[in-house]
Amino acid sequence: MSTHFLSVENLKKVYPSANGKANAPVFEDINFHIDKGEFVCIIGHSGCGKTTILNVLAGLEEASAGNAFMDSREVSGPSLDRGVVFQSHALMPWMSVLGNVAFAVKSKWPDWPKDKINAHASKYLEMVGLGHAIHKKPAELSGGMKQRVGIARAFAIQPKMLLLDEPFGALDALTRGTIQDELLKIVQATHQTVFMITHDVDEAILLADKIMLMSNGPHAKIAEIVEVTMPRDRTRAGIHHDPQYYKIRNHLVDFLVNRSKTYAGADAEMFHDPKNPPLVRPGLDSEPAQVVALPAGKPAPQLKQVVNQ
Amino acid sequence: MSKFTLKAAFISLMMLAIFLGAWQLATQPKESAVQAGADSEYAQLMGTGQQKTGFPTPGMVGKSFVEYLSDPFYDKGPNDKGIGIQIAYSLGRVALGFLLATLIALPVGFMIGMSPLLYRAFDPFIQVLKPISPLAWMPLALYSLKDSDISGIFVIFICSIWPMLINTAFGVASVRRDWINVARTLEVNPLRKAMLVILPAAAPTILTGMRISMGIAWLVIVAAEMLVGGTGIGYFVWNEWNNLALPNVIFAVAMIGIVGMFLDLLFGWLQKLVTYRE
Repeated sequence: MSTHFLSVENLKKVYPSANGKANAPVFEDINFHIDKGEFVCIIGHSGCGKTTILNVLAGLEEASAGNAFMDSREVSGPSLDRGVVFQSHALMPWMSVLGNVAFAVKSKWPDWPKDKINAHASKYLEMVGLGHAIHKKPAELSGGMKQRVGIARAFAIQPKMLLLDEPFGALDALTRGTIQDELLKIVQATHQTVFMITHDVDEAILLADKIMLMSNGPHAKIAEIVEVTMPRDRTRAGIHHDPQYYKIRNHLVDFLVNRSKTYAGADAEMFHDPKNPPLVRPGLDSEPAQVVALPAGKPAPQLKQVVNQ
Repeated sequence: MSKFTLKAAFISLMMLAIFLGAWQLATQPKESAVQAGADSEYAQLMGTGQQKTGFPTPGMVGKSFVEYLSDPFYDKGPNDKGIGIQIAYSLGRVALGFLLATLIALPVGFMIGMSPLLYRAFDPFIQVLKPISPLAWMPLALYSLKDSDISGIFVIFICSIWPMLINTAFGVASVRRDWINVARTLEVNPLRKAMLVILPAAAPTILTGMRISMGIAWLVIVAAEMLVGGTGIGYFVWNEWNNLALPNVIFAVAMIGIVGMFLDLLFGWLQKLVTYRE
């Protein structure tokens, strides 16, 4: 048993094919851990099973093999300890904005009186800047506002961990920026533990402490874990002035464009220990990123990597 | 009212006027075919001397309208009741049969909608029972229930249950995965999930089923009452036909249509009430 807040061990998922035979696993040998208060992003191409991993952590899906532990207890089935923000906001259109959040609050604290529930829900809606719209129906809101309600709903139940499934994927760039800022503020204030899927490299660098890079599926694995070494008080306006920013960014883009195919997974070309994926800190290096955490007694992986300068 | 609605209403009225005019022309009393010099007593005996076609004119039907609608609730014995009373009998049977069908169709539909296994298991029965004309059950109902009134209600029950059952099951089965997942991650208990998530999500589909059922029930009650007799708008039609009082038959047919329209409007309104915009 590990001492980490969340640890995932040897996770694997195989979907049965139409004719009943087993397909190649979408991902396998997934090992990682998240400490309390950490913000972890996961990046990878479509089809590598990011959402499945998140659903396993949420308890909505079962893995074919492997385990996930949170707070030293095995994750089995959904729980109020883990709040989920869905990609498609998933608000109930027949409830008002306040009703949606209050529904979650009442689920967590069934004995609270109505006033207290509504006050609690309103507080979190104000936190995401929707204090003026609490009596509207979701259909009357823009996409960005709907997603904010989803975030307020997840935060309102004060979960031990927050799972975000590409929450800003469907938003335009401007709206996305504003909500990222809001999320950043809230997370910095609450020290919420977060696991988030994203396709957006900049979003990951802005928000995350660690970024997990997944190789392509099938047989997807966690190829590397990139530590974002910039100070935690980042802002969207200032982050690109940090000298580390482009090093990290180039490293990530480089992985997605060039190396995600060959690093691990089905057509892996080089040695890689999925049980202990290398931790890299491209932000601190002037030279090509070095592998910091190496599996004991093994030679360093030969990283096919473009030098970032 | 908007200008558009006014225009449409005007055209509707014009069509009604043209229809009534054509009807009047077609049923106008003609010169008798019997020659004037022929035996007039014989002609009277044969019914041709009255110089009328068989089909009533709009005027005669209008007289029926005035006559029945001016006193809709009189009761002068089993074969002579006001139209209001007859319609009330029919509506009462429809309401009772429909209510019973709802009480069964909604829970069962919910159950088979939630479980793909039960859905498959129930499917063959539903598929076989659904296309059976409700009136085909009549002999069995009369034999086993031994009461014509209850048999009428049973027929309404059996014809209303299928659209409601199928739509409820379909509506429940196709509730968005996301909403179910939200309820799951919030550890909502099954009853609360059913009442606050699945029911409102499936309500528009369920109401569509109820609206279809109500339409069928109103169609069927007329036929059922013609068979079992006694009371009701269907029996009224049959009774007036036996009296060869065609104006009254036409009047009753019009009333069936109007009541049916209001039933449909009622369910349309309910449907609008539960429909949500995404």
